Amino acid sequence: MRRAAARALSALALLAGLAAAPAAAEPLVADLTSHLIGITGSFTGDSVVLFGATDGPGDVVVVVRGPERDIVVRRKRQVAGIWVNAKEETFAAVPSFYRIASSRPLDAITTPAVRAFHQLGVDDLRLVPTRGPLRPEDQPFRAALIEEQQRDNLFGKTVGKVDFLGDRLFRTTIRFPSNVPTGAYLVQVFLIRDKSVVAGQTTPLAVSKIGLDAEVYDFADRRSAAYGVIAVLTAMVAGWLASLPFRHA
Amino acid sequence: MEIYLPIAEVSLDVLVLLALGGVVGFLSGVFGVGGGFLLTPFLIFIGVPPTVAVASSANQLVGASVSGVLAHWRRGNVDFKMGGVLLAGGFVGSLLGVWLFSLLRRVGQIELVINLSYILLLGTLGGLMLIEGTRAFLRGRKPGAGRRKLHQHNWVHGLPLKMRFRRSKLYISALLPLGLGFFIGILSAIMGVGGGFVMVPAMIYTLGMPTAVVPGTSLFQIIFVAATVTILQAINNRTVDLVLALLLLVGGVIGAQIGSRMGSRLRGEQLRIMLALLVLAVAIKLTFDMTATPAHLYSTAFVQ
Repeated sequence: MRRAAARALSALALLAGLAAAPAAAEPLVADLTSHLIGITGSFTGDSVVLFGATDGPGDVVVVVRGPERDIVVRRKRQVAGIWVNAKEETFAAVPSFYRIASSRPLDAITTPAVRAFHQLGVDDLRLVPTRGPLRPEDQPFRAALIEEQQRDNLFGKTVGKVDFLGDRLFRTTIRFPSNVPTGAYLVQVFLIRDKSVVAGQTTPLAVSKIGLDAEVYDFADRRSAAYGVIAVLTAMVAGWLASLPFRHA
Repeated sequence: MEIYLPIAEVSLDVLVLLALGGVVGFLSGVFGVGGGFLLTPFLIFIGVPPTVAVASSANQLVGASVSGVLAHWRRGNVDFKMGGVLLAGGFVGSLLGVWLFSLLRRVGQIELVINLSYILLLGTLGGLMLIEGTRAFLRGRKPGAGRRKLHQHNWVHGLPLKMRFRRSKLYISALLPLGLGFFIGILSAIMGVGGGFVMVPAMIYTLGMPTAVVPGTSLFQIIFVAATVTILQAINNRTVDLVLALLLLVGGVIGAQIGSRMGSRLRGEQLRIMLALLVLAVAIKLTFDMTATPAHLYSTAFVQ
């Protein structure tokens, strides 16, 4: 809680600085309160504040994309009373995390073409099968992929809010759930006027394990055989230790 | 109180994990079954990725089995000679099983094969044990029931390579426990469990071992099967979460101690009836899951 308050304070201080600076230079300036989400043993999710300024009135859309991965979607079918995986479709380079926030409803400030080009909103994400262009019969698979990601809290269900303080200063809070995938994230900020993007900025954000958890993970990855043996020995010793108090019973 | 699991990459409640370990440990102590067939599905249910659930359960089984074996050993209820012969067969079997597993995965539908083999095995074993246990229970309550033979003699006693197992009061062919171990080894590799729930009834009915030495001997061989699975999973899939396994273990070892004391107080046929009901319940649940209309027709997975 204290950390969040400190962050909000530093964000405000930076905002004040930005407001005082000459506005003519850049149409859009934005930054995050932190560029690293560190995952430790007590990690239950975290949030980062994005703040910035524009050179005049306009709308701001913020998109957060996690590292891309190939995802296979399988559909079940009933065969002789049993549900089995029948048909499957693999989608290439699916963002493992996706959130969008906007100062006003997306369809009020953009055209469908702009949304499609910049992939604004889950419906406009370019999700393409690995074997070629999206066919009409692939649509249910695409919809299921989005639904599944939303259920896991990896895609946002709604469009978040970008708040303006006056005409030029804006801020939004990006929340990351406890199951946030690790890797390199991109935070994209778009300045929109007259239904088209007039300026954009991309800021990197890293999500990674830190401290003991990172060491355990690295060790399990690099020295996997040694890790396996240690895991077995640790379990054996723990089992033996636990039986000691019961010895004379 | 939530804790982040480094390999599973999710945060889970410590108390839930401790309690889950305790329940599974208790069952393992009472019946001598590892409990993997209950632990793995429940871990998946609370949000642990299936591959991590399978591998970490195996890791926790190592510790829980050590604790259980020590408790049974102090009562003289472990037949190490029998356990060793079972293991020899089990080692060869698990090698073949790992090969079969990758073959089935290449063909696709490994999940289907796993589920069907669970239902078939658990259903048959549970049914047979329930019938036999109930019969023995009813017979035992009749006044003036005569002293029974230790076990029935049949064709298996004509096999060569006879060995004497003093603890089990048996003089049988070594081919029997070797073959049983081999079969369990295959099952463990394919189904990702220690195999205790198959081993226990097989020891009672196929080998004719006295019920008292069965849990300890079964747990003894589960230690080695689970250790092999843990190391193989760590190397091949990097899915062993030691933090998760240790949390399950803390609850598990305490549960196992309480369970093994409870188990030694119960009568053999009571134990068998209870285990039969448990095994049948899991089989029914699995059958239901496979035939009921799924809540979500689609599923997703990362492509490795």
